[in-house]
Amino acid sequence: MTTAVVVVSHSKALADGVKELALQMARSNTSVWAVGGTDDGGIGTSAVAIHDALVDALAAANEAVVLMDLGSAHLNTVMAIEMLDEDLRRRVSMADAPLVEGAVLAVVSAASGDNAQEVRARAEEAREMRKLIYGGINA
Amino acid sequence: MVVAADMRRFVERFAELIEQNADTLTELDAAIGDADHGINMRRGVRAVLERLGDEPTPGAVLKTVATTLISKVGGASGPLYGTAFLRASAAAGSKESLDDADLAALFSAALEGLRQRGGAQAEDKTMIDAFAPAVGAFETALAQGHPRKDALQAARSAAYAGSDATIDLVARKGRASYLGERSRGHRDPGSFSTALLFDAAASTLSGDGP
Ligand SMILES: [Mg+2]
Repeated sequence: MTTAVVVVSHSKALADGVKELALQMARSNTSVWAVGGTDDGGIGTSAVAIHDALVDALAAANEAVVLMDLGSAHLNTVMAIEMLDEDLRRRVSMADAPLVEGAVLAVVSAASGDNAQEVRARAEEAREMRKLIYGGINA
Repeated sequence: MVVAADMRRFVERFAELIEQNADTLTELDAAIGDADHGINMRRGVRAVLERLGDEPTPGAVLKTVATTLISKVGGASGPLYGTAFLRASAAAGSKESLDDADLAALFSAALEGLRQRGGAQAEDKTMIDAFAPAVGAFETALAQGHPRKDALQAARSAAYAGSDATIDLVARKGRASYLGERSRGHRDPGSFSTALLFDAAASTLSGDGP
């Protein structure tokens, strides 16, 4: 059982950077796909580009978990999933998590061989992750 | 009756209104969003005009618009307008001409698609705030026995009024919702492009020919 992680951002640079950061934490070679920007290279998300990344990810892994940044990244991901053939669509799920922390948790989980449900659950733990609980200047 | 040629004129008029108002749409989006609505919509309608051809039915015209907008318009507008046109296309089916009831069903299907896709409610400061009143006004006018031409005018007025009303609202959906209270005092850009859509419909779908 392998799970691919798909990072969707408005910015290609951000998607690539999140992928790079997350892969640093993963011991084995996990499938991470970064997709960002509009069809003409601007800032935005494209249902068609996300769809194509999902097709690639599902060719490499049994399942795929998608993490998204702001607003329309979610809308276009839903659209992209609906555009998939039925047999592929059943193998994709979305994680409701902050992008950076969620992607790191998801990739670590996927690298350890977790299935999509587990990867998604781990990614969503990012919602509870705190940064300032150890004290410091504004504690 | 509305045939494929009428539907193409509607789309062409919408494209024309988007071209004329692209800078305004982008400025509205710059105030409370990411400053791309006019740019995105213009790219979308230009691609639509390139692809529009000899579709045999109104539904086929709407389908061409839907698939083009989905692939060419970035941001939330692509999937939202794309879904609206796709549902409208499905409602029109393969009929060669549409009567008043068909047109009402088409508008209503488009609105339902928008609601499902975006998950927005009334007064969330989105395109729904123009679209829903327009569809409601069209249905009410027809039910009161007004001719389609007048019903379309009522829809157009309701869409513009609905867009005006977004100015005082606080955004609860979309990029502007990140601004919270600071989104008040600005018109929602999607509501304005929606008003342009019903403006285009009012001048092209009345059924009395070009
Ligand atoms: Mg925008």
